[in-house]
Amino acid sequence: MNRLLPFEWIAAVRFLHEGRVQSALIVSGVAIGVSVIVFMSALLSGVQGNVIRRTLTAQAHVVVLPREELARPLRDEPGRTAIATVQRQAQRLRSIDQWQTVVEQTRAMPGVLAVSPVAAGPAYAIRGNANKQVTLYGVDPAHHFRIVLLDDKIVAGGTALTGGDILVGTELATDLGLALGDKLRIATTGGLAATLRVVGIFDLGNKGANQRTTYVALRTAQPLLGLTGGVSNIDIALADIYAAETVARSIAARTGLEVDSWIKTNAQFFTAMNAQTLSSMIIRLSVALSVAFGIASVLVVSVVQRSKEIGILRAMGTSRGQILRVFLIQGGIVGLSGSVLGAAMGAGFVGLWRATALNPDGTPLFPLSVDPWLFLAATVIATLSGVVAAITPALRAARLDPVVAIRG
Amino acid sequence: MADAIAVPVLALKGVRKSYGIGTPVETEVLHGIDLRLGRGEFCALIGPSGSGKSTLLNIIGLLDRPTSGTLEIEGTTTGDLDDAALTRLRGRSIGFVFQYHYLITAFSAVENVMMPLLVERGRPDDVMRGKAEALLARVGLERWKDSRASHLSGGQQQRVAVARALAADPVLVLADEPTGNLDTKSAEGVFELMRDVNRERGTTFLLVTHNMALARSCDRTIELVDGRVVAGQPA
Repeated sequence: MNRLLPFEWIAAVRFLHEGRVQSALIVSGVAIGVSVIVFMSALLSGVQGNVIRRTLTAQAHVVVLPREELARPLRDEPGRTAIATVQRQAQRLRSIDQWQTVVEQTRAMPGVLAVSPVAAGPAYAIRGNANKQVTLYGVDPAHHFRIVLLDDKIVAGGTALTGGDILVGTELATDLGLALGDKLRIATTGGLAATLRVVGIFDLGNKGANQRTTYVALRTAQPLLGLTGGVSNIDIALADIYAAETVARSIAARTGLEVDSWIKTNAQFFTAMNAQTLSSMIIRLSVALSVAFGIASVLVVSVVQRSKEIGILRAMGTSRGQILRVFLIQGGIVGLSGSVLGAAMGAGFVGLWRATALNPDGTPLFPLSVDPWLFLAATVIATLSGVVAAITPALRAARLDPVVAIRG
Repeated sequence: MADAIAVPVLALKGVRKSYGIGTPVETEVLHGIDLRLGRGEFCALIGPSGSGKSTLLNIIGLLDRPTSGTLEIEGTTTGDLDDAALTRLRGRSIGFVFQYHYLITAFSAVENVMMPLLVERGRPDDVMRGKAEALLARVGLERWKDSRASHLSGGQQQRVAVARALAADPVLVLADEPTGNLDTKSAEGVFELMRDVNRERGTTFLLVTHNMALARSCDRTIELVDGRVVAGQPA
């Protein structure tokens, strides 16, 4: 007997040790359950992290736009409308009023990582007889490429932009036969044009985006788009992507401008992610419940098997509380040992996934994120679940009438 | 013996026990038992099946409560005690030996003997172990102290049960058919052991038995018939 341990711990360990096969089976059950939870959590956060990383490093988290132009109803006298139907006004490309002030104010907001004024609009990319419709983004690379992490997506050249430079996507480069250093003519719908030099080719991970997106310096885009000195939108990156809606509302309230968050503009994507998280949580909860019921059923059987021993322990002066604790501790030990084993198995599955789920070029399909806190959380939750699962059998044991138990 | 009876280890006055109270099948199984056991007495409790011996033993052992009447253990009236206090008094004052040994199979012989002390004090220590080993030596099982309870013979297991019943130095040992499951030789050995312990330590024993030869070897025989003491009452 370990002299450091109190009676309840000694009895709990001995009871579990005596029923080795039963204990091993239930610990294995807990371990499998915990490993599924750990692996699923790693898989889910890996998938979501990957999708979010790919999506939200290619677009702003919050975009500030000019206020929408509204056609005012014609009134011939106060309160009386002369024309009942007012056609919705077409939105022309306009600059944000006082955009420098908005940029400064937004940069000062907590949780804002980067703010980039952008002059963006439609244009044609013309090379020889070929032309493609593109979106021309005039940006300040130092700020904008902290929002769209283009340095990670460059396949040729770099991201530095001077007045005569342009960055194009891989699809556009293929379609127009562009290589680094080639000249490309950009013409806008306003009839203005400029010939620019290709200094970088990027891959945003999306064919359409790689066809349409082009980046030039802000000062190059502004006159081409008829926005001299102005910007069409202000892009913002946040530390907490899920705070986007709150930040958007706050900027809108402060400036009176149109402000969209990625959550709003990617509503379906966000809903799909939430649905995935919810379904995964339901699966994990079901596994956790089945583990808890497994522990409870084994301990109920143990109480029945040991009822005479419980009776004699009660007869020799063991209190109800001591008997209760003996079985609660057993539940906790099963939960803890099963979860430690399960966490190790889960880590093993993650390792196996990393070794086998590879792209044809040998790079990982997507990185699985294994948070050490996940192991700790799984262990603590499984241990507590073991204790909670043991409450019913433990109460049953503690309430056993020693006379009935001994006479059986 | 007169002095012993004057300072009773156990005193029952007018103890009645009924089952199914308030139902049409209410049955009184003990009809006003008066009984006193003095320090160092070695008594047999006999009676036909259904006479109420086990019920009486459970009440004396504080495992059950009487419907009416009083029960005192060494002068402590037990009627006012709550369950926790009864459990403590039972652990301190009363040892049990049952027909079946009911050793805890997850523990060794010496650990089983330590058990009453362990549950009372909370953690094992050398004093506890020394005492348990001495008791095992007293019942002739020193060699088997580290054997699992399930690896011992029936007679050995019952000897361990006797040693366990004595571990907390109880004033009273209740033995319910302690030799009922043993062969004649083992039964005699266990009986003699209890007798010797009674003489050496002055522990009071109350033995329920159907074996009249054993009953006759006791100091006093209390006979229970239909829930009443018909013989063996103190004068």
